[in-house]
Amino acid sequence: MTTNNLAENTAIETVAGVGTVDLAKSSVRSLNQALHDQHEQMDITQWEVLNPKGQHNLAVGLDANLKVDIRGHAGYYCAGMNKEAEVTVHGNTGQGVAENMMSGVVRIKGSASSAAGATAHGGLLVIEGDAGSRCGISMKGADILVKGNVGHMSCFMAQAGTLVVCGDAGEALGDSLYEVHIYVKGSVKSLGADCIEKEMRPEHIEELTELFERAGIDDQDPKDFKRYGSARQLYNFKVDNAGAY
Amino acid sequence: MCGIVGLYLKNDKYENQLGKLFSPMLIAMTERGPDSAGFAVYGDAVEEGNKLTLRHEDENYDWDGLAKAIKANLGTDVEWFQNSKVAVFKVATDAETVEDYLEQNHDDVLIMSSGKSIEILKEVGLPERIVEMFKLGEMKGSHIIGHTRMATESAVTMAGSHPFSTGLDLCLVHNGSLSNHNRLRQVLKREGIEFDTENDSEVAAGYLTYRLQQGDTLNEALEHALTELDGFYTFTVGTKDGFAVVRDPIACKPAVIAETDDYVAMASEYQALTTLPGIEDAKVWEPEPSKIYVWERNSH
Repeated sequence: MTTNNLAENTAIETVAGVGTVDLAKSSVRSLNQALHDQHEQMDITQWEVLNPKGQHNLAVGLDANLKVDIRGHAGYYCAGMNKEAEVTVHGNTGQGVAENMMSGVVRIKGSASSAAGATAHGGLLVIEGDAGSRCGISMKGADILVKGNVGHMSCFMAQAGTLVVCGDAGEALGDSLYEVHIYVKGSVKSLGADCIEKEMRPEHIEELTELFERAGIDDQDPKDFKRYGSARQLYNFKVDNAGAY
Repeated sequence: MCGIVGLYLKNDKYENQLGKLFSPMLIAMTERGPDSAGFAVYGDAVEEGNKLTLRHEDENYDWDGLAKAIKANLGTDVEWFQNSKVAVFKVATDAETVEDYLEQNHDDVLIMSSGKSIEILKEVGLPERIVEMFKLGEMKGSHIIGHTRMATESAVTMAGSHPFSTGLDLCLVHNGSLSNHNRLRQVLKREGIEFDTENDSEVAAGYLTYRLQQGDTLNEALEHALTELDGFYTFTVGTKDGFAVVRDPIACKPAVIAETDDYVAMASEYQALTTLPGIEDAKVWEPEPSKIYVWERNSH
């Protein structure tokens, strides 16, 4: 066992090549700095974060192909703005997990609060429990897979990417939707404005199959899912309105 | 912003440690509300008569003199103890008689709460200071509800701090803000509910008091609140034997609940729950919008 002080006031231990940060002893700021430092020079690719105790902003803004395991519950904005890294939370997360993610994989072993994957541009977010309200709000290209239920207003104004819900969806699913593909296995409490059920064609079965494979989920049958998308009837879809500008 | 926390014991295992378990929960919510803090603790219940939490700005106020005056004028037994600027009076008569007497004869004494079991303590300042000031760590009881305030709808004053109580043994803490509180306050005043402040959250407490007076159960009162109260809110409510959590239909104000065999705990953020015994194995979840969660002792 060796002890490196990669950042000042950070007790980072490397155990068999795994960087370990105990948040009972280190600040969130120094954890994030240590992870950001890997962007310039990658010394440690695997990380363990201990005693997160619901703190906010854990492992945000990563920009390197790291593997980070957070052992416990995380607070708000965990793994926000993630690029390339694979972050796993072994617990629940607060609001805005993986918000504005660009690439990489974020996996939540428990449940996530509201606005999971909000505005995310790319990457894969897997929530093994439930997600709260506004899951995938304004998402712009990420893939979000929820094994449980999602709350109300999920995919509100969502632009691109996929949302897969293996449980039920709450009120106003896909309100004012653009081009996100939404798949739900269970019930949908209500559809939002301009969101409609659409036919499952072979390419959609293919898309789901590939997504489940990528997420490492093998207990779901794509044929059990219904597809929802935009009816493209709102104002901004009408070419005639272009003349107003 | 504001932070709210509550701890409800399902059995007597931790009753002697209620304040000790709750102190770090309240302090953990300092970032959400550094302006003022307060809590309502339920314990040390009186079998006969009532208990009032009274407050005077002068720490050297003559509480003994007040107790003697009440005894002489109302012909009732009085037991009392002082805690900082607050004194708890146990009287062998109904609360209203004492409240009326105080309002008419000692209007410099504020009535913080009245009931069989409730005591409300609150103050301007950091939660840590309030915890020390009232020696929260030593308190015992069955349940406790607290609030750390970042003021929005009314001034940073002791009176504008939470919890609010408008009826016997009832208290409410609120994270959010209500938009129809002025109109509703007028309606409730006509129904005889009294208000001490211009605060929106006090109206929510007053509304629940009104519904309970109409014969509602706690659950029914909260169902009515969901239709009548406009705005955004996470509420935690305490009654003599009950504890409830409810969020508005939009649910933009956070809440998390943890439950074990021994307790139910709620907080604005999970951070406030991490010091509780057995939290690692507790069932932890986010309460759903417009869903009423109620726990009651001796409920049928």
